[in-house]
Amino acid sequence: MKLTMKGLFSISVVALFMVVMTGCSSLPGDDSSALNVEDELGLVSISILPFEGQVNINQSDDIATVISADLRRSGQFRALSQEQMLARPASIDDVNYKQWNALGLEYLVIGSVQSLDTDGYEVRFRLLDTHRERQIIGLGIKTKSSNLRVIAHRISDQIYKNILGVSGSFATRIAYIHSNQQVDGKRVNELIIADADGHNPHTIVRSTEPLMSPAWSPDGSKIAYVSLEKGQSAIFVQELYTGKRQEVARFKGINSAPAWSPNGDKLALTLSKTGNPDIYVYHMTTQKLEAITRHTAVDTEPAWSPDGRSLVFTSDRGGEAQIYRVAASGGEAQRVTFNNSYNASACYSPDGKRLALVTRDGENDRIAVMDLASGKMQVLSNGNLDESPSFAPNGSMIIYTSKTGRRAILAGVSVDGRVHHRFSPREGEVREPVWSPYIN
Amino acid sequence: MNKVQTLWVPVLLSLLLIAGCSSKPTLDQAGAEVSEQSTGAGSAGASTSAASQGEEWQGDPLENPNSLLATRVIYFDFDQSTVRSEYLDVIQAHADYLAANPQAVVRLEGHADEKGTREYNLGLGENRANSVRSLMLAQGVSDNQLVVVSYGEERPAAFEQNEESWALNRRVELIY
Repeated sequence: MKLTMKGLFSISVVALFMVVMTGCSSLPGDDSSALNVEDELGLVSISILPFEGQVNINQSDDIATVISADLRRSGQFRALSQEQMLARPASIDDVNYKQWNALGLEYLVIGSVQSLDTDGYEVRFRLLDTHRERQIIGLGIKTKSSNLRVIAHRISDQIYKNILGVSGSFATRIAYIHSNQQVDGKRVNELIIADADGHNPHTIVRSTEPLMSPAWSPDGSKIAYVSLEKGQSAIFVQELYTGKRQEVARFKGINSAPAWSPNGDKLALTLSKTGNPDIYVYHMTTQKLEAITRHTAVDTEPAWSPDGRSLVFTSDRGGEAQIYRVAASGGEAQRVTFNNSYNASACYSPDGKRLALVTRDGENDRIAVMDLASGKMQVLSNGNLDESPSFAPNGSMIIYTSKTGRRAILAGVSVDGRVHHRFSPREGEVREPVWSPYIN
Repeated sequence: MNKVQTLWVPVLLSLLLIAGCSSKPTLDQAGAEVSEQSTGAGSAGASTSAASQGEEWQGDPLENPNSLLATRVIYFDFDQSTVRSEYLDVIQAHADYLAANPQAVVRLEGHADEKGTREYNLGLGENRANSVRSLMLAQGVSDNQLVVVSYGEERPAAFEQNEESWALNRRVELIY
């Protein structure tokens, strides 16, 4: 199998300012016990050995390190650190399965990196089952890019899929808003696209006025977002590869909260052109606008069910913000959430069975998942002001923002709530992270 | 939040103002409703200045530091968009000024604190600005003198994560 790595973005690269803090407990406010839980649970144990031949490469690009971090972050794996490794067999013939098995290790990954004469690299890896003493997969991946992190994420996806039977979402991306006060006092807001682990950030929009609510198109080629650059809110759709953008809504009042339908032909959005915020559906091809809710309350934050048949949204029509569900064609809305005094910002899990949302847990805004069939809610985060949950495309993780004082960082949690990770910007505030769909 | 109350306050208030200091029981009730709403969490850093009783101001009334017109920020209670009764005379003064100066335009910028989601707060900010707008319209201000914009929680005036900061951020700014 050969994977080709496209250079996804030709837009100028901003300085790398994010550091992945996987498993790190040095941040103030970090719940280190939550971070260490993975070591105590009987999860899949795996060891990624250093890739042979990867020399003169920045430590942050070390393939084995990147894969280990990916797998740990998913909450499904217990990855042995490199210091814990007894032997470092370079080839499959040197692997002493019994030795690894005695360590309680179920899987082993070995690999190599080779420079190609034709410019680029060939990365090979083997996933080995130490119990059955056999190879599960072995692949060679050629790339012209010097970005070996991307290759590492592809390998993580292969490992995840071959062991767990479901697709990984490591080689995907995230979009988020970064806001920072400049020396001259001006605030600079940026819409940034980065790898799912926070590395390789690219700025695609920059403005001194607020930017909000990025939303990936289902094919991952476009992003809808809100900008207040024209003195009021307006919704734009921007093509990632060309940077071309189109204004899709600038009515009187609020134009906000764009959400793509699963097949990408419609945008649900919030408009207040009739006097207060209601949910609308905008048909991209016909440019027709369809009113979905009509209520004197605030109706906002629409999100599509994966089958495209219904929308959930936030409304304070009952006196406080709660989640409601309505048919995508409109009609009567049904209240969905009943726990807690405030529930907002809901999105569906990829399988449509759960919602991730923000719930007011006592005094604190926290991330929770709610099972739609039972109505049972589980709070996953433990911050004071956690917002903007977004599912990984395989449903295994949720990213969100966590704010303490003036600092707002990107955080992630496995959907079972066991494993937490944080990305730390050097300065400024991270807002509204959204996970991309699978990008081919 | 009580929607019915929110909707009725501007209407009842305008009745109250039209009727002047009438003591009709229904109007008193309306007034009581307004002040009841204002006993919530936020005693924000609001400064309402009394009208000057000294020398008469010679310049543009908008520039008079001793006038009610000098108050350009109206603060709100948590998750509320009802104007607190303490601001009614401020809004009245601005409405009078706008009615007397039909060429003047004011931008009503609605804001929210960081509690709650960004999109919801965008709606809340707009509701707050619209509450001020409704009161002004009831005072004879022309619709085209009023521009409503919501910034939600995107442009905080104070940055700490505490009630003092949040109270300062739940606001409508009047920008001439």
